Amino acid sequence: MIARLRRTMLFVPGNNPAMVKDAHIYGSDSLIFDLEDSVSPGEKDAARLLVRCSLEALDYGPTERVVRINALDTPWAGEDIRAMVAAGIEVVRLPKTESAEDIRKLEGLVAEAERTFGRPAGSVRLMAALESPLAVINAYEIAKASPRMVAIALSAEDYVTCLKTTRSREGVELAEARGRIVIAAKAAGIMAIDTVFSDVADEEGFAKEVALVKQMGFDGKSVINPSQIPVVHAAYRPRKEEVLKARRILQAAEEAEARGSGVTSLDGKMIDKPIVERARRVLELAGEA
Amino acid sequence: MMRKNLLRRDVPEGMRPFEGAWSRDPGASRKLLSAGRPSKLLGSIEEAIRKSGLESGMTVSFHHHFREGDIVVNLVMEAVARLGLRDLTLASSSLTNVHAPLKDLCARGVIRRIYTSGLRGELAEAVSRGLMDVPVVIHSHGGRARALLEGSLKPDVAFLGVPSCDRAGNARGWTGKSACGSLGYAMVDARVARSVVLLTDGLEELPAVPASIGQDLVDWIVPVEAVGDPKRISAGATRMTRDPRELLIARRVVDAMEAAGVIREGFSFQTGSGGSSLAAVRFLRDRMIDLGVRASFALGGITSQTVKMHEEGLVGALFDVQSFDMEAGRSLGVNANHFEVDASFYANPGVRGSAVNLLDAVVLSALEVDTDFNVNVITGSDGVIRGASGGHCDTAAGSALTIVVAPLTRGRTASIVPSVDTLVTPGETVDLVVTDRGTAVNPRRPDLREALTKGGLAPVDIEELAALAERITGRPDPVAHTDRIVGIVEYRDGTVIDVIRQIRE
Amino acid sequence: MEIIQIGMAGTLESCDASVLVEPPGEGSPGLSLEIQCPDRRFAGHVERAVRAALAEAGVAAARVSVRDRSALDCTLRARVLAACHRASGKVTS
Repeated sequence: MIARLRRTMLFVPGNNPAMVKDAHIYGSDSLIFDLEDSVSPGEKDAARLLVRCSLEALDYGPTERVVRINALDTPWAGEDIRAMVAAGIEVVRLPKTESAEDIRKLEGLVAEAERTFGRPAGSVRLMAALESPLAVINAYEIAKASPRMVAIALSAEDYVTCLKTTRSREGVELAEARGRIVIAAKAAGIMAIDTVFSDVADEEGFAKEVALVKQMGFDGKSVINPSQIPVVHAAYRPRKEEVLKARRILQAAEEAEARGSGVTSLDGKMIDKPIVERARRVLELAGEA
Repeated sequence: MMRKNLLRRDVPEGMRPFEGAWSRDPGASRKLLSAGRPSKLLGSIEEAIRKSGLESGMTVSFHHHFREGDIVVNLVMEAVARLGLRDLTLASSSLTNVHAPLKDLCARGVIRRIYTSGLRGELAEAVSRGLMDVPVVIHSHGGRARALLEGSLKPDVAFLGVPSCDRAGNARGWTGKSACGSLGYAMVDARVARSVVLLTDGLEELPAVPASIGQDLVDWIVPVEAVGDPKRISAGATRMTRDPRELLIARRVVDAMEAAGVIREGFSFQTGSGGSSLAAVRFLRDRMIDLGVRASFALGGITSQTVKMHEEGLVGALFDVQSFDMEAGRSLGVNANHFEVDASFYANPGVRGSAVNLLDAVVLSALEVDTDFNVNVITGSDGVIRGASGGHCDTAAGSALTIVVAPLTRGRTASIVPSVDTLVTPGETVDLVVTDRGTAVNPRRPDLREALTKGGLAPVDIEELAALAERITGRPDPVAHTDRIVGIVEYRDGTVIDVIRQIRE
Repeated sequence: MEIIQIGMAGTLESCDASVLVEPPGEGSPGLSLEIQCPDRRFAGHVERAVRAALAEAGVAAARVSVRDRSALDCTLRARVLAACHRASGKVTS
């Protein structure tokens, strides 16, 4: 079974029908229908209805459907959760997650909605956006807070404001947060997603940042414009030699298992389990089972 | 038996005797043997109309190189109406939104028939609603050239607006305040019309050469205030779209071209002026650089993007029948390998090989494509005329690979349909349809389907696309037409490929 | 749902629809619909979608005006429902 890829998560403003109806044509792994920052307070109800009706009527193909609800301390969060769970959303992304308690609260509301709307218990997954220093400190606890958790993400704008500094092209102000989030996510066995890159015109800067965060261990990046998608996918695509080697490693592992041997070897060298796992990951990224 | 001529020399029986160096030719020809250097310059359009011999019932021709900035057609036709002429055939290479005032002239009977490549705006709507007693004739650019040169369309007077000419009539389009670049469509008219009248707002010193239209073809010249509105003739440079959907389609086009093996050293291409087509040029450029390939020529409507590629050395020559922006016009004036070509050289099916026959690939837009790959570029989903045949069917027929692009749906209107409202380009000349939801290959091209599959592009059936479009939009009620025919669509060879019917209110 | 005030939702952007719902007029109880559609071929669809959404909201008496800009059925449903909720005075904002 291929683990779900989340190399790209495209934000879609929830009150924009032109975008909501077919944002999946751009081929991102996930779509994040946004009910939070891109929707003005006076339009929260309309956006919620639009996303709900669209999810119920339209076929988004293999693209994962995520919703960014409003923060738990707003008057809208409860209705957001109910409407989205009813509509069949796959993942709920919670902004401004500060602690494991936030996730437990969210889980409670989601579970109740699952019961109310007849969805299998546990079917709706969760992800948390970390937007403050405290959130980053609590990253591991947040990541572990529920079996429904699939990813934690860095949301840089608010975070940098809390740090009382500014965003730079090189991103040194984000280095610590990024590192901690990757560590926390992997320790908890879930994915780490990097923050958006707002300057759509700066293709070179974007590609550099993608290369950096991929190397750090991030599984993917939030994107705000379809043109960013191919850049991220290209960065995560393994080179031909890597794919060929990965196939051979997996074949060797399968053969070893068939023989009942616990030791895999290839070209006279022993292949440890982590290497087999990495090979499997390479093939996933290359789109092969 | 011998006769004597004026100089008392013998002239054999049956031959015409000399009657003096500057005697008027008594034959039917309009040209006079010049006495001295008579001026071609006239003081008004009315005077030109009179001197050209235009009478009611005759045919007048125009070009559309000023696009939405054209002033000439309306100006001349108003003058024609003021002089009391009627029942004229208007043969303009195309008509646009700016020609709405002609509606009134049609209603009054000044204009009785229209030959054009396209109609837009109020005039088009009025025609769709039954303005004309005689159906308008829609032709392609190549078809018009064929008709003009074979004589089936015979302009009595061609009124040609030119941005620059001298008093002898040498005219060109890449200079002057109303510069429009190539005069490709006007050049054929100048050759075949019985009388040629130039209107210009850029009278220049003799000789204005090199010239697109030579003085030998010109009868009269009328200096006017303006032949076009520079702000609306063209933009400075054509901007590449930022619409993500158009960019997505454009990328897919270039991927398909590469998979089909078209992007190779010395290939040739043409693209339309729609958003996806233009963006495809930019992505094509990047791919050519990656692959280390140069094109031998680009054809058609030339834009700043193509000029850039030419000046970068990626495209050897430009064959320009219409310059879409000021950059293209500038290049035409200065680049030795940027050639102006006329409509016949460009696309005439009646000559021994027009330029379209050499194309390796063409990228065209469409209003609708049906499951037989037929294309509609002339009527909208509501049945109203709103487009032009242009060079569509010409390039589709001539090019080795014909790619048609369209978003699967525009708002709630499906672009891929079971049957097009009006058939302009026949499906047998269309190879690929590239949409934002998938690429379909004409079943006539199993070789292409295999190439695209090998290239990882996963082509789909066009029926699937049509079905998906209908699922998204819902099945529309059919367009209500009456039986009355308001337009005849000619294929490039002059045969009738479809008709346009009046829409029912 | 009872319509007690004016409620509006949606915009005139492409693929959207601007929906206005207000209490029924003096002389015309029940539903009165005014629909502006850019493409006549879908006028029937749009009206059906609007009526279905009104029925879903339980609105039997209202004056409804829709300016459609090629919205899909699900968008029409969303906008009509939103306008109805706003017109019923029940929205928490």
